[in-house]
Amino acid sequence: MTPLEFRDPVRARALNDALARVVSEIGRAPVAVMHVCGSHEQAIARFGLRSVFPRGLDVIMGPGCPVCVTDQPEIDEGVALARQGVRVATYGDMLRVPGTAGSLADAQADGAHIDIVYSVAQAVDLARETEEELVFFATGFETTAVTTAAVIVQGLPANLSVLSAHKYIPPVMEIVAEMPGTRVEGFLAAGHAATITGSRVFESFVARHHLPVVVAGFEPLDILAALVKLTEMIRDSVADVVNLFPRCVTPDGNRRALDLLWQVFQPVGGRWRGIAHVPNGNLRLRDEWAHIDARRRFAIDTAALRSGAPSTLARQCICGNIMSGIASPGDCALFGNACMPDTPVGACMVSSEGTCRIWHEYGGIPELGEPTCRFCQ
Amino acid sequence: MPLLPVTDERIMLKHGAGGRAMRRLIHDAVLDAFHTDVEPAGVIGLSALDDGAAIRIGDRWLVLTTDSHVIQPPFFPGGDIGRLAICGTVNDLAMMGATEVLGLTCSVIIEEGFPRRDLDRILASMRAACQEAGATVVTGDTKVMGKGEIDGIVINTAGVGMTAHVITDRGLLPGDRILVTGTLGDHGMAVMATRHGLALEAVLVSDVAPINGLIRAAIDADPGAITAMKDPTRGGVAGVLHEMAAKGRVGIVIDDSAVPVRQTTRGVSELVGIDPLLVANEGKAVMAVRADAAECVLAALRAHPLGTDAAIIGVCVADHPGLVVLDTGFGRRLITEPDGELLPRIC
Repeated sequence: MTPLEFRDPVRARALNDALARVVSEIGRAPVAVMHVCGSHEQAIARFGLRSVFPRGLDVIMGPGCPVCVTDQPEIDEGVALARQGVRVATYGDMLRVPGTAGSLADAQADGAHIDIVYSVAQAVDLARETEEELVFFATGFETTAVTTAAVIVQGLPANLSVLSAHKYIPPVMEIVAEMPGTRVEGFLAAGHAATITGSRVFESFVARHHLPVVVAGFEPLDILAALVKLTEMIRDSVADVVNLFPRCVTPDGNRRALDLLWQVFQPVGGRWRGIAHVPNGNLRLRDEWAHIDARRRFAIDTAALRSGAPSTLARQCICGNIMSGIASPGDCALFGNACMPDTPVGACMVSSEGTCRIWHEYGGIPELGEPTCRFCQ
Repeated sequence: MPLLPVTDERIMLKHGAGGRAMRRLIHDAVLDAFHTDVEPAGVIGLSALDDGAAIRIGDRWLVLTTDSHVIQPPFFPGGDIGRLAICGTVNDLAMMGATEVLGLTCSVIIEEGFPRRDLDRILASMRAACQEAGATVVTGDTKVMGKGEIDGIVINTAGVGMTAHVITDRGLLPGDRILVTGTLGDHGMAVMATRHGLALEAVLVSDVAPINGLIRAAIDADPGAITAMKDPTRGGVAGVLHEMAAKGRVGIVIDDSAVPVRQTTRGVSELVGIDPLLVANEGKAVMAVRADAAECVLAALRAHPLGTDAAIIGVCVADHPGLVVLDTGFGRRLITEPDGELLPRIC
């Protein structure tokens, strides 16, 4: 099965027609649904799907970018470590996320030693090549957390420790569903996260909130088919979990991965940037792994970084409302002006999974006409 | 180690990445310093921000350009910093129509401790690239800096050439077709895969090559038909299209299905989440060609060994001047210009 099968423009048009039909059958506008995954927004933007979604449908990106929801104090911990002279390895997306006083990129420009890694395994390789202490600044949702856990249980080199900013998605869906002013009538769940957690993890959420959830893949046809299913459930007032990504996701998920995840991490409450305190939303290392926990190995002094008050620009940032689905990037005065990918004010403009960054990159919902002719003749 | 101070107003890596930050730096610092608001007659100079400069001498133009080359790692699949240094300058001359190189300069700055055999390998590679381009290094300079004062090796080359007609990067008109001379993204993806240690089964190879011969074939196919040309190095095709659209005050629409990208390059780009349109090419050109001559120029490109994958990928329109739109087959979206360094994503 090649991925191209799920990129057939002819079938995409048929699904889009079906979507328009269902949305018009619901008979009121706008119908608002939320996805909670940067990869969904990437695919929607990259394939230009927003330009053909029915007018009466709002597809909102929720808190689906692990880098974006990493709170300033967590970034500060990484920046403080780096400025204290500890070598820090992290994913590329984390480099420019602003903390209270600057980002890891700023620390790097000032001489701190930061390594960009593509996987936790690369951090292990780096640690083996040196005697220096190395901290892996770990970020990502449960999908990525499992890869961190898998490497940790195999045993880390003595000079490597982990600063976990990993996040757990299911609890934040509850927060968003309960948010005052929310218009969300259904959720697209992230297919890759569900590969780990299984689709059943959403059943209690559906029971509590009476909102439909469709587990969706990331190809254009996956997304369109999932939106058709989700709007049909809204039309028919059905609250249930439907798995439309069965080629990867099972009801119970990946047991081995889940065992690893909970063997290494425990969920604790914590602030998600711009959103709220999310009970059980942060993944921290369990006590058994204290010896590799950077928070316990080093005295991280973030106080020195936080002398200044947040800048006026930072106070105008509406990333939180954007990630909660209450506002869109176009509503932000900073978007595309003071806040650009190379001068991000809010974290949503930093990561390639962030709403603002994606909208900036692909132009949001531009009025660009119909996709019709080859070379516009 | 003492706590490092928090400062702003420094040159960051993004200022060299070929995007908006770099343009702003050049505009605010360099152009301002050299006061180039008004160019003398018969000079296409700094303010044009083209691939090089052109100075009219009699009824011909002297084209000159310079480029400094730094790359980590200095040896990568398909090439090395030496080959890059020759091709970069030869290609910049060709982009302005000067496909015959009168002479090149080569200035090398080497870090203390750099292996002699690596230097010899780089110089041999430069010589080979010169032969392919029909160019000669006619003068140069060598400096050595202390350990840690420079990262390995830096090579600057400059070149001069003559042409009867200068091709700029701003002559696009609505209706012109957009052509690329081959597959896109190969160099950037190959270097990125090597630099970030991506263990891949597929072999990615840089496209670094002198394309002055290829460009000559395209120009000769229908002299005057190429209205604008640029090589999509840093910032990739996206950066080049933006610059051409802005300078030519036209909109550009690209048909995604027509864009030639090698399957291996496409695979890696999906994996790391970086669009092949955003990464560097070192042996390709983007050209705008009058509609009635597009097929003829395309045929000439494809007849050349370095242009077999050339394609017409889009069209210039009068609508939305300055914007570059991608028709994905599913819908339409903007292609924005790259900002900052390209960093692989997490998941």
